[in-house]
Amino acid sequence: MKMTKLSALAMTTALIAPAAFAEDMANELTLVSWGGAYQDSQNKAYVEPYLAANEGVSAVWDESSAEAVAKLRAMNEAGNVTWDLVDVVASDAMRLCDEGLAAELDHDADLAAAPDGTPATEDFGDLLVSECFVPQIVYSTTFGYRTDLVGAEAPTSVCDIFDLAKFPGKRSLQKRPIDNMEWALYCDGVAKEDLYDVLGTDEGVTRALNKLDTIKDSVVWWSAGAETPQLLADGEVVMGSTFNGRLFSAIAEQNQPIGMLWDMQSFDLDGWIVPAGLPADRKARAMDFLRFATDTQRLADQAAYISYGPARASSAPLVGKHAVLGIEMAPHMPTDPANSGNVHTYDYEWWADNRDDLDAKFQAWLLQ
Amino acid sequence: MSDTTQNGPVLAADGTPLKRSLAKALRLQKLRALMLIAPLLLFILVTFILPVGDMLFRSVDNRIVQEVLPKTVDALESWDPDSSELPDEAVFAALAVDMKAAAELKVHTRVAKRLNYENPGMSSVFRKSGRKIGKWDVENDGPYKERLIELDDGWADLELWRTIKTYSGTRTAGYFLNAVDLKLGADGVEVRPETERIYNTMLIRTMRMSLIITFSCIMLGYPVAWLLANLPTRKANLLMILVLLPFWTSLLVRTSSWKILLQQQGVINDVLVWIGLVADDNRLVLINNELGTIIAMTHILLPFMILPMYSVMQTIQPTYLRAAKSLGATNWTAFWRVYFPQSVPGIGAGSILVFILAVGYYITPALVGGTKGTFISNLIAYHISTSGNWGLGAALGSILLAVVLLLYWVYDKIVGIDNVKLG
Repeated sequence: MKMTKLSALAMTTALIAPAAFAEDMANELTLVSWGGAYQDSQNKAYVEPYLAANEGVSAVWDESSAEAVAKLRAMNEAGNVTWDLVDVVASDAMRLCDEGLAAELDHDADLAAAPDGTPATEDFGDLLVSECFVPQIVYSTTFGYRTDLVGAEAPTSVCDIFDLAKFPGKRSLQKRPIDNMEWALYCDGVAKEDLYDVLGTDEGVTRALNKLDTIKDSVVWWSAGAETPQLLADGEVVMGSTFNGRLFSAIAEQNQPIGMLWDMQSFDLDGWIVPAGLPADRKARAMDFLRFATDTQRLADQAAYISYGPARASSAPLVGKHAVLGIEMAPHMPTDPANSGNVHTYDYEWWADNRDDLDAKFQAWLLQ
Repeated sequence: MSDTTQNGPVLAADGTPLKRSLAKALRLQKLRALMLIAPLLLFILVTFILPVGDMLFRSVDNRIVQEVLPKTVDALESWDPDSSELPDEAVFAALAVDMKAAAELKVHTRVAKRLNYENPGMSSVFRKSGRKIGKWDVENDGPYKERLIELDDGWADLELWRTIKTYSGTRTAGYFLNAVDLKLGADGVEVRPETERIYNTMLIRTMRMSLIITFSCIMLGYPVAWLLANLPTRKANLLMILVLLPFWTSLLVRTSSWKILLQQQGVINDVLVWIGLVADDNRLVLINNELGTIIAMTHILLPFMILPMYSVMQTIQPTYLRAAKSLGATNWTAFWRVYFPQSVPGIGAGSILVFILAVGYYITPALVGGTKGTFISNLIAYHISTSGNWGLGAALGSILLAVVLLLYWVYDKIVGIDNVKLG
């Protein structure tokens, strides 16, 4: 199958002038991402080398990943999808795939194999959580605390978030049920392996919300990843959750007095989806870029700009030093053994099935 | 007298009756005027009225259930929702066929989402089943009742079937009911459980806070507008620039500045601690609550109050005040009985402008309001861009629009819209 495709392609290329080959792929590429340091790292690691290798192609960024699901839904209804490749978190990718808004991929055929020939499905392993999704990075939602404001003893457990007596002051949490509900139950004495069984019942939800109620008045809720580092830098909160890369840049690049609390960090994935229903020429360009941008070297390159772990196993040994600061990146990765002693494993399928319910309940609780 | 009765209607030069010829000329004129504004009308129609109409229509649109589950809806016709028995095998068989077709197109998740709004928990039943049913052979794999219940015992829940039956029409009042904390159960309209009731609270909060903001704007804006209208031109111009400068500054910049000023480690708290009014470990909470929203929005909307007030005050003759005083009025009486009544149209215009802007405000409450200081518009934004419940967002938007129109009407009855002057 793959052979026939390739030989057909070779024949077309040989028979018709090379210019015809370029006509099969659109020359414009609209990429959607999160903006900020993360998008910069993608631009440097993937887009700049790709454009250098493909003359005449141009790429445009749209910083809309936070509203990607709603916008794709609207574009799909209007029958005019203007995006070629969208960077979303895994749970959004699953929602888009479930609703038929993202194209299904054949990972082994569409993605490059590892340098040693390991097929993509093996190289990515368990991280291929949806057939529409190509993961780029492993990031974690974890806690940072102000080393000078928490007192003599630094927090060591995620349950210190719920301990207002030992650590008075405000804390910031993400304005969504995911992670917060699990942390609340865990600190209310539920065993890690039972978290989702308990959360699946009405009593479990009430129990988690009751636990969150104990700190509700001391919580500043955030929705953009940049908020917690800012709140910490201002001294508005003594501790707060955010994405580990944001904390890394606050600590390593801006020298803020912030410490990392990795306990019960919640791993998540971020990666690409291709919108469903693209015209053939644009889809061909998107797939060509996707193959390039998710190969072993490119994923490893990205880690030189931001402290997120590459999603391919074969990229890990290639992770080097920070491109500007020159510090070793490995100890700052969420996957480093020193940081991943006690990890919360986020259940994608459970959340895909229950997110609508929990979102509604959490939102109502928040406003009451 | 007798002349006109003899000669019949007055005729124009070409012999047609003057009345008709005049009407024709006027009609032509009107048509020409209409042609001139036609591009604008068309623009508004295409970019504003049609999209808004389409969005509002979503608040009653419920075609999805019939489109995705046509056979099930048909088969459910004969089932009595009040009975204590599950629908029969034919309904389950129809469901299996519908689900398999829907799962192939991946639209079963959409109907799952729709029904989940009315009966939380249905989404997971549909999603879990959709994943498996795709592999079924729906021609021969009976009996479906047992198989489906085995797949997910949610299918054995009477409530689920009642919900499908209740919401099988192409139009629904469900979203509007949800927007006022009600729902349509099998036995008619009922109140939602306490943990889900938020929308009435939010609507009342939005109205109350918008009124407070409007009132604060009147109190702060009136003296400024008076100064603007009565100072010598040079000083008034300088003051005008001070009013307009923030007006021209980006909304986000102003809101973020309020964050820096109001937060607990912010400028205001720092000053209060420094002069000893507030203890360092007991700093004031000025942000992420109602107070933060009121302060920031009053500042942001203040120019919308000052400018109409100013333009009205400018037209009030200073001689009236002098006349009142020369007739023996005190300063206060002269102001209250002579000046103030003439400035009321300016207050009215400013208030309408500020109140309507405030009711629909979104960015500022989202940034400085925390959870206690957010408006209904933040919930609308949440439903449009995060939860994906566009129907509920549209219903909330329609209600907000209706409330604003109603208030506008009440205002017209009480104050009279003719008394409003914008300049």
